[in-house]
Amino acid sequence: MVDVKHVFKGYNNKNVITDVSVKIAKGKITSFIGPNGAGKSTLLSMISRLIAKDEGEIFIDGMDVTRCKNNELAKKISILKQSNHINVRLTVKELVSFGRFPYSQGRLTKEDRRFVNEAIRYMELEEFEDKYLDQLSGGQRQRAYIAMVIAQDTEYVLLDEPLNNLDMKHSVQIMKTLRRLADELGKTVIIVIHDINFASCYSDYIVAMKNGKVIKEGTTEEIITPGVLNQVYDMNFKIEEIDQEKICVFYS
Amino acid sequence: MKLIYLIISFIVLSITSLFIGVQNISVLDIFQLTEEQAHVLFVSRFPRLVSIILAGVGMSVCGLIMQQLTRNKFVSPTTAGTEDSARFGILVSMMLFSGANQFVRVLVAFFFALLGSFIFMKLLDRVKYKDAIFIPLVGMMFGSIVGSITTFFAYKEDLIQNMSSWLQGNFSMMIEGRYELLYVSIPLIAIAYLYANKFTIAGMGEEFAVNLGLNHKQIVNIGLMIVALITAIVVLTVGMIPFLGLIIPNIVTMYRGDHLQKSLSHTALLGAVFVLACDILGRVVIYPYEVPIGLTVGVIGSGIFLYMIMRRKAYE
Amino acid sequence: MSNKRKLIVLAILAVLLAAAFIFIDLGKNWDYALPRRVKKVYAIVLTGGVIAFSTLVFQTITNNRILTPSIIGLDSLYLLIQTFLIFVFGSMNFAITNENVNFLISVAFMVLFAGLLYKLLFRGNGQNIYFLLLVGIIFGTFFGSITEFMQVLIDPNEFMVVQDRMFASFNNVKTDLLWIATIAVILVALYSIKLIRYLDVLSLGKDQAVNLGVDYDYVVKRLLIVIAILVSISTALVGPITFLGLLVANVAHQFLNTYKHSYLIVGSIFISIIALVGGQLIVERVFTFDTTLSVIVNFIGGVYFIYLLLKESKSW
Repeated sequence: MVDVKHVFKGYNNKNVITDVSVKIAKGKITSFIGPNGAGKSTLLSMISRLIAKDEGEIFIDGMDVTRCKNNELAKKISILKQSNHINVRLTVKELVSFGRFPYSQGRLTKEDRRFVNEAIRYMELEEFEDKYLDQLSGGQRQRAYIAMVIAQDTEYVLLDEPLNNLDMKHSVQIMKTLRRLADELGKTVIIVIHDINFASCYSDYIVAMKNGKVIKEGTTEEIITPGVLNQVYDMNFKIEEIDQEKICVFYS
Repeated sequence: MKLIYLIISFIVLSITSLFIGVQNISVLDIFQLTEEQAHVLFVSRFPRLVSIILAGVGMSVCGLIMQQLTRNKFVSPTTAGTEDSARFGILVSMMLFSGANQFVRVLVAFFFALLGSFIFMKLLDRVKYKDAIFIPLVGMMFGSIVGSITTFFAYKEDLIQNMSSWLQGNFSMMIEGRYELLYVSIPLIAIAYLYANKFTIAGMGEEFAVNLGLNHKQIVNIGLMIVALITAIVVLTVGMIPFLGLIIPNIVTMYRGDHLQKSLSHTALLGAVFVLACDILGRVVIYPYEVPIGLTVGVIGSGIFLYMIMRRKAYE
Repeated sequence: MSNKRKLIVLAILAVLLAAAFIFIDLGKNWDYALPRRVKKVYAIVLTGGVIAFSTLVFQTITNNRILTPSIIGLDSLYLLIQTFLIFVFGSMNFAITNENVNFLISVAFMVLFAGLLYKLLFRGNGQNIYFLLLVGIIFGTFFGSITEFMQVLIDPNEFMVVQDRMFASFNNVKTDLLWIATIAVILVALYSIKLIRYLDVLSLGKDQAVNLGVDYDYVVKRLLIVIAILVSISTALVGPITFLGLLVANVAHQFLNTYKHSYLIVGSIFISIIALVGGQLIVERVFTFDTTLSVIVNFIGGVYFIYLLLKESKSW
């Protein structure tokens, strides 16, 4: 379980995260939603220790994130951020192999290779595995990064806006994969996501943030309601149920 | 930073500058100058004062124009290779036209300064990196390349110590007969005033400028030519004064925002005041010897620049 | 051609050039010339290797191919130290004539300075490498101003000694230093063995490196110190060669086309040796000592740098 306790973060006397406390359940998909500037990405970065917090504590399975040896933490939690411009020429296989670094420091064993191949298969990238990243489309590249995260074989997978720059077909593909990660492999998936409908259709739990604070958290049922969403986004929402999924309409 | 304070400081410092020096002339002596004192005043002190003012104003305005055109706070003749290119031009004129008069020298220096500036602007176009700090890095590396080419030839001709002494920013050489070239920068600065608004618009980009009916290329070229010419003149007469064009406009924009027309007068005045203050300091600190302005501004300028970027870091 | 084959080709080329250098035109007094030449080649190999390694690692840490560690001001500091020693104590002083003492003093100050710079960088919130570099360049200008000031005042005869140190030259390699330098390099190499394995992951960028479990601050800080020491050693040994590393690292990347540092490091070392030995051959045979190697290298490196910038680059 990820336990966030009274976390604060500020830049230049401006509070970006104010007293956020939240518990994230294991083996489920939890989405962070909210308007721009709500602090979702910042919170995710702090949970994954990419940036430091000013106050508060973050525990992952009882371990304090800031006190862990980074190598150990890398076997428990992985994060994929939005912008991934890597100016190194890598093939898909080479990229995914990097995911095994916390375990073998670059020298791949047979076991590592097994993980790498399985991750590539899982993301259906076999036909691309020897192609260079810059030869792939945006969607294929994103899948490659997710394959790397899968190869890293961590219990907790954090993704910051994984659907950015993806077209509809690939977006659905990625979300379906995340669902499988949780359901089949029992991973805890935490994502920051803009598209409220994807959050609605694929999450188990949702945490709604606004202005650096948690407005409400709960199951998808509890959060995807006009009352909550109106409050979070300052807009009018209508919720329609289609095929047992709650779809938000807010276009006019 | 009110204009009136700047004007007052300017007047006070100018008068002070006239009366500091080895030859003892006090303010009261104005009414009954000995022949010797008058001589010193007109041949040395007054020309020196004029050079200081023109160099300070000129280089600061150059910096401001460059910053407007590139939309980058860290670009200046020092950090864009312009000064180094001018220096190279002077070396070329020393080697190829060694008997020529100042006019020819300025032209050669101007030509190379302009060339250097154009190359830098082209480099800027190609560099896609968004970080603003990256640009002056590129400029300074470019400047040091040009510098090493200059050094290469200077080494061959055994001119290195010669060049160093000639090109180091130094006002003590500004006496009657050696400084008049600086007057050429006055009309240039006047043109800068006229074009102030247009530089700001051009800096926003080609599409923006065309949308408002301006010939983007022409304006950028005029701006660069003014900068190159003033830089060439100052480097040739006074020498290299590092970072001046960088820090003065930045201090002004901290207080008055980026609108060129409004900040131009402040920039010019602050430039003059700053150089006056540094020069007076240089003359007083190891009286009766003096510390050359290149060193004073180099040291103080570096300090201020450092402070500025540390402060900027706080905004990220 | 596989990368292994390419490395073998480079190795053979390097050996051939070294042999050519040592044995061509040896003449009758070969028992005099041979040991001197061997020492020269050794000095070149040592320096070349050190520069190649430090630049390559530096570029990986900064995720940027157009930077080199010497621009953080180490070259200027070295010159300042040398000029200062001669200025204050004269060219016959102990610290100048005794090469070992000079070496130790220079390296000590340079490493101290680099350490201070890094403290400055890692203090703040974000670790912006470009900030470090810009600060380094400003210090470079700062040191340069002071150096130029002193240079102008130095007796022209003494200045010759200074000028000698301004340029990297293998013409008169301070062979007495080779012992100390070798020991220092071996020690540093041993220390950095543990850190090398992180280089591949570091090239993915800071976020990915942290994600994959690298203790980023710890590793980068130590690597930067290693780089500082190595650059100081090479500068003190041979003089400033600002752009050699840039040239060599990029050629290595292009020629070997892999991300694996195990290949890149070895390849760049060979390329460096080839460039330096070949270059020195040109200086001695073609230019007959009329210029120095560093000027040639800086020039070629500089032009290559501009070419890199102008190339269509998706990265930086």
